[in-house]
Amino acid sequence: MQAIESKRARPLNTNHAIANAVKDLDVDVISAYPITPQTTVVEKISEFVAKGELEAEFIHVESEHSALSAAISSSVTGARTFTATASQGLALMHEILHIASGLRAPLVMSVAMRSLSAPISIWNDQGDLFNARDAGWIILFAHTAQEAYDSVIQAYKFVEDERVLLPAIIAYDGYLMSHTIEPVVTEGREKVIKFAPKRHYPYRLDPQKPVTIGPIAPPEYYYEIKYQQVKAINGSLPIIEEVDKDFEKEFGRGYGIMECYMCEGANSLIMTNASYAASLKAFLPEFREQGLKVGLLRLRLYRPFPLKKFVEYTSDIKNLLVVDRAISYGAPYQGPLANEVAGAKVKEGLGFNIISVVAGIGQRRMDREDFYALARMAHEGGRHEETVFYGVRE
Amino acid sequence: MSSEKKVKRIKSLFDLPRDEIFISGHGLCAGCTAGTIMRTLTKVAGKDTIIVNATGCVEVATTRYPYSNWLVPWFHSAFENTGASASGIVAAIRAMKKKGIIPEDKKVNVIAVGGDGGTVDIGLQSLSGMLERGDPVMYVLYDNEAYMNTGIQRSGSTPYGAWTTTTPAGKVWRGEWRPKKDIASIAAAHGIPYVATANPAYPSDMANKFAKGLEALEEGPSFIQVLMACTTGWRFDPSLGITISRLATETGVFPLYEIDHGEFRVTFPVAKRKHVREYLKLQGRFAHLTDEEIEHIQKLVDAQVEKINKRAGKTVIGPLG
Repeated sequence: MQAIESKRARPLNTNHAIANAVKDLDVDVISAYPITPQTTVVEKISEFVAKGELEAEFIHVESEHSALSAAISSSVTGARTFTATASQGLALMHEILHIASGLRAPLVMSVAMRSLSAPISIWNDQGDLFNARDAGWIILFAHTAQEAYDSVIQAYKFVEDERVLLPAIIAYDGYLMSHTIEPVVTEGREKVIKFAPKRHYPYRLDPQKPVTIGPIAPPEYYYEIKYQQVKAINGSLPIIEEVDKDFEKEFGRGYGIMECYMCEGANSLIMTNASYAASLKAFLPEFREQGLKVGLLRLRLYRPFPLKKFVEYTSDIKNLLVVDRAISYGAPYQGPLANEVAGAKVKEGLGFNIISVVAGIGQRRMDREDFYALARMAHEGGRHEETVFYGVRE
Repeated sequence: MSSEKKVKRIKSLFDLPRDEIFISGHGLCAGCTAGTIMRTLTKVAGKDTIIVNATGCVEVATTRYPYSNWLVPWFHSAFENTGASASGIVAAIRAMKKKGIIPEDKKVNVIAVGGDGGTVDIGLQSLSGMLERGDPVMYVLYDNEAYMNTGIQRSGSTPYGAWTTTTPAGKVWRGEWRPKKDIASIAAAHGIPYVATANPAYPSDMANKFAKGLEALEEGPSFIQVLMACTTGWRFDPSLGITISRLATETGVFPLYEIDHGEFRVTFPVAKRKHVREYLKLQGRFAHLTDEEIEHIQKLVDAQVEKINKRAGKTVIGPLG
């Protein structure tokens, strides 16, 4: 857990932590549509604007599709722009997600991760986020409200960097984080703007310097433009790392791009993210005392994938248990992250045994004993040919 | 607030500036009237303008990478989000003015341009959001009455009787069998300051409506529906675009009117209407129609004209001559 400066910390849930980051970043335009469990982000920002604590234009759009559409055009007009969504909203945005990255719009979106219909479920899993993973956005998972606040600030610093110019998602668990109160230190506008000063889109829509944004690219050009995106997202990794280091220097809180927790002496790791990582941090010391040689591999930066770090942390371990809270129907492993890990393992010639576990679908409850069961599974290893659907009633 | 005469009214095309903002070299079809509409629109709007374009004919034909026919900032993102995209630009400009990033007194016209598919069908929700919020955007619909860019499929704006590739004429189907969606009334129902229909066969009327639509932006959005005769999709000789457009108004098929702050006014009264056959017979999309079917369409037009006269409170479009 991060050291908490108790005097300065305030009780905030992750939704409110994010709204505070938006306020401290002096965001110019917010374009958003309400969806559970993201709602209190947009409610809180509305309150800030209504009270004059944040001078911004709030576009009350009629859908998430329009929310992201307006956010893109606002961003390329030069305004610092924010949006937030979850679940069906993120799915409705899907077409526009690709356009945001293709047009290189430097905007930031928070996602309170929630399961997808049908059947409709307002509860948490990560089906929404994993459905959006190939849209060309930088994706960061936060595991505490503090990290969510800090990550939004970091995100504006790197997305507006001319070397990056890509949109970013800050993802966290719906309910398990969005509605859970934690101590959060907020830094105030002056310090935040000093760290992340506004850098307006360099090719913005301005009649003084007319540009054409969003033309049709024939086969002789489309491929190269998409390849520039490949280079941009891969090239963003060291910049994201650099921003995190600068942030730590400035505010005393750094996260790295991937975290290995209690990895010393561990022969097996559980790879997970967001609230499950936070839960495991609480339980692991006890599990270790009980003889399970298990550590936590916390996924923070997901796109671009921190492959080097991943190799560094997994090259000497026996078992890697990958927890997916999303389902890749009909895929070799049914967990999307497990599939990627299998690819990374082959690509890098790693020797660990993969255990693919799907859990927490539709916010199926996971208690201490459930995390213990996963830790035990990781510790014991053994070949699991198929994805384990933990806790499902067959 | 009186915005009267801020933008100069024109009497003829010679009153328009000679400077070109929508420049030559585009890939629109020979005889396409969309180019005429865009050229006039940009001449009226001037250089302090940002164009937001829906996916469609104008978008693909004028911005083939690495070329562009636009000397003003131009933005395209998707098919159905033009209203929202325009709102985002307006909000960004407003916020940056408040924060002193761009000068407060800088006036920028934000103009959305979309075809009928992108406006009356897939983009209707986004358009409605923009109109309902009162965002100061002039939305210009170039209405060629089908999905022309994808190959002449019917849209909600396709008129009764028209052949399209998805309403072909055969023994069972006789072309489109539903009436054209009344998008101008839908826009007007949002209570916006200015709505008009326009036609490139009446260029000064069209130019002045663009001018009025831009003036209205001081109060809110405006919406202009421009008929866009399509040589490819309507199946007529490329030289006939303006002739057919004029016939659309002379027959009462496409009456020219404006709704200025709720006040309805026909801007081109027609004393004696021509028979609808004059309009239909020049177009291959209506070639399959029998005399009975044409008479039925005439009755539909008569009913539409009656409605227009009722709205105007007097007979502004006369009987068949």
